[in-house]
Amino acid sequence: MNSDPTAVTISGLTKNFGPTHALDGLDLSVRTGEVHGFLGPNGAGKTTTIRILLGLLRADSGEARLLDGDPWHDATELHRRIAYVPGDVTLWPNLSGGEVIDLLGRLRGGIDQHRKEDLLRRFDLDPRKKARTYSKGNRQKVGLVAALASEPELLVLDEPTSGLDPLMEETFRECVRQQQREGRTVLLSSHILSEVEALCDRVTIVRSGRTVESGTLAELRHLTRTSVTAELSAAPEGLAELSGVHDLEITGTHVRCEVDTPHLDGVLRELTAVGVRSLTSQPPTLEELFLRHYEQRSETSTPEGANR
Amino acid sequence: MSTLRGTGALVRLILRRDRVRIPAWILGVAVFLLGSVATFPVALDSAADRQARAALMNNPATVVLTGPGFGQRDYTFGAMVANEMGGMTAVLVALMSILLLVRHSRHEEESGRVELLRAGVVGRHAPLTAALVTVIGVNLVLGALLGFALPVVLPELSTAGSLLFAAGLAMVGTVFTAVAAVTAQLMEHGRAAVGAAASLLALSYALRGAGDLGDGTLSWLSPIGWSQRTRAYVDGTGWPLLLGVALTVLLLFGAFLLRSRRDEGAGLVRGRSGRATASALLSGPFTLALRLQRGVLTGWTIGFVLFGAFVGAIGEQAAVFVRENEMARRYFEQAGGADSAETMIATYLSLMGMVAGGFALQSAGLLRAEESAGRVEPLLGGTPLSRSRWALSGLAATLCGSVLVMGGAGLGAGLVYAGTSGDPSNAARILGAALAYLPAVWVLAGLSTLLFGVLPGATGLSWLVLTGIVFVGMFGPLLRVPDRISDLSPFAHVPMLPTEEFTPVPLLVLAATAVLLTAIGVARYRRRDTA
Repeated sequence: MNSDPTAVTISGLTKNFGPTHALDGLDLSVRTGEVHGFLGPNGAGKTTTIRILLGLLRADSGEARLLDGDPWHDATELHRRIAYVPGDVTLWPNLSGGEVIDLLGRLRGGIDQHRKEDLLRRFDLDPRKKARTYSKGNRQKVGLVAALASEPELLVLDEPTSGLDPLMEETFRECVRQQQREGRTVLLSSHILSEVEALCDRVTIVRSGRTVESGTLAELRHLTRTSVTAELSAAPEGLAELSGVHDLEITGTHVRCEVDTPHLDGVLRELTAVGVRSLTSQPPTLEELFLRHYEQRSETSTPEGANR
Repeated sequence: MSTLRGTGALVRLILRRDRVRIPAWILGVAVFLLGSVATFPVALDSAADRQARAALMNNPATVVLTGPGFGQRDYTFGAMVANEMGGMTAVLVALMSILLLVRHSRHEEESGRVELLRAGVVGRHAPLTAALVTVIGVNLVLGALLGFALPVVLPELSTAGSLLFAAGLAMVGTVFTAVAAVTAQLMEHGRAAVGAAASLLALSYALRGAGDLGDGTLSWLSPIGWSQRTRAYVDGTGWPLLLGVALTVLLLFGAFLLRSRRDEGAGLVRGRSGRATASALLSGPFTLALRLQRGVLTGWTIGFVLFGAFVGAIGEQAAVFVRENEMARRYFEQAGGADSAETMIATYLSLMGMVAGGFALQSAGLLRAEESAGRVEPLLGGTPLSRSRWALSGLAATLCGSVLVMGGAGLGAGLVYAGTSGDPSNAARILGAALAYLPAVWVLAGLSTLLFGVLPGATGLSWLVLTGIVFVGMFGPLLRVPDRISDLSPFAHVPMLPTEEFTPVPLLVLAATAVLLTAIGVARYRRRDTA
């Protein structure tokens, strides 16, 4: 298999559609063998990035490498080694699901029938139905079965589970884990945070066509705030002057604040110096983490802005 | 009635959504009928000419294709309109009604939009009622428009006759609106509902054809037969229209009965299942392109074989007519031919070649249709299929399809003409004559590909070009269009076989042009973003 340490390398990618800047210097690096989460609000440029990686769109500037090839010039050879599931699978209405799966497989040069049968069973998909009768979830399953059965080096999944029920969502997660065990790389664009948390080794968050954060979930957590609530022996002084403290509320001996995680140590020292009766500290939830990145921020007033 | 609540608002919604489509249909039917009627006095200004024409209309092939031919003893313009235009216009009006009704009933239900409406304060029968009210209304407006416009276009037509004729058309449209209302209840999918109603329309046309050939009994089983039996412009009688009204009421009763007994979204006939695995044939882009246009290709081929057979059958008689009609003789002389049956056949083949250009555009347009539907993305993005291979495979299907369509026309005409003329060698000659139009047909496919590569959003413009080509091809000789304009059409350069001599050079030039246009289009397609 591919010995290159990175499966996808993108730097400074730009793409304009008329006056719209869809991508504005986007960076992305996916290591071989990892499941990489690709996140961002609607319209952030995730799908445009993926379409450039698939050679469907041509980048205006910047560099994109896919499995050590050029996604535009080497599209055909690269596509032998990747599989793709779009967020909204559209099918030929008069072909059955089984026909579509076989056709897509044959265009790649064959499909493992056992693998296909196994996936059809696991996803509980009736391949005899005409595509026009499939629900959204079932169309998605057709795309998933075709991609997962094809044994690629890299799976490009663009919000692949939209419309799937929770049971099928679980099946999907098992399949992705299995793919990873088999040594494949997965680029997963998703809005379902629990899915990202359960599957991804590393994530990249994009907004307005730029990368705003990239790293493991633990690293990202480190960049955000922990909320601290404490009951002290006496009224504290000087907390407000400490760096990394936000939204401070002091009611008598009761303290509530948000602390930048790197500054947690200093704040706790200050609190114990006064005397702590009770203390709860909460790490940021994944939702808070993402929402903070998704929300439109003014660059100067946030700790992340200061950290960069 | 609470089951009808919201009908008025839904009618307004339909009119708002189809504010272009409905006027376009009305205008299209009006132009087809009134435009054809307007040319009658140009070609046949004397009563003797019209009598000669009436004799031609007695040919069995023509009777099946047009109508029973009332009033042939005194073949007035009115009798001509009723006999030669009535059947075809009725089919057009019926098709309009079927498509519009299914569009606003079953298609809406299938898309799930009706569910959204029905969840609001909208009665169970309101969506179907609104569609019926609108489409029947369209038929009445169209009927009134045609009835009053016909005497304006051709003053020889009486107002009473015109109104009766137009009422017959509106009656056929209304009956098939009701037929579609029933098939829309039976079938789960809009396409199947249209297919079932259109099959009944074809059956109805075939019944009146068979009836008109025989003693007329079978024609009384057909709404189109009823409209022709109003004997408009001859000795008009309105009562066959009542048969249409009665059938409409009966069908609507059935439609509403079915509607109240079924669930939302369900049909009485379940859609057929497909194959669990693809057949060995469906293995690549070429077979996929063929499979996607299987229905289109079958329809075109059958149509061309039948029309070819018709041309082969009337060739001899039409030639007699042309010999005896001054205007028509001038027309055919300018179109470049003598007055033999073979010239007739050659002329018809050139028209069919141009119409086959429509097949080429529809088939080559598949590339754009698949792209804008978002269905090429999994092919080009997820499999090793390259753009040029996909585009060329689609065009290869167009090429094979065009051979089938024109070959069908040539075989149909050739075999029948070989039979009537008693010379078997004629079959191969006529087939060859038909196939000679292929390079010109491919130029149109090339044009479509060029637009697809360079200006994908404007691929449909190729239809305008075809319209111009057909117009100049049909009316050019009559309107004395200068050669430098008519020579722009690729079809102007095809030798009119079998009467003219075969010259390979123009055909080779046309084929080279087609290759060049295709090459530029595909090269540009490789370099652009896919939409």
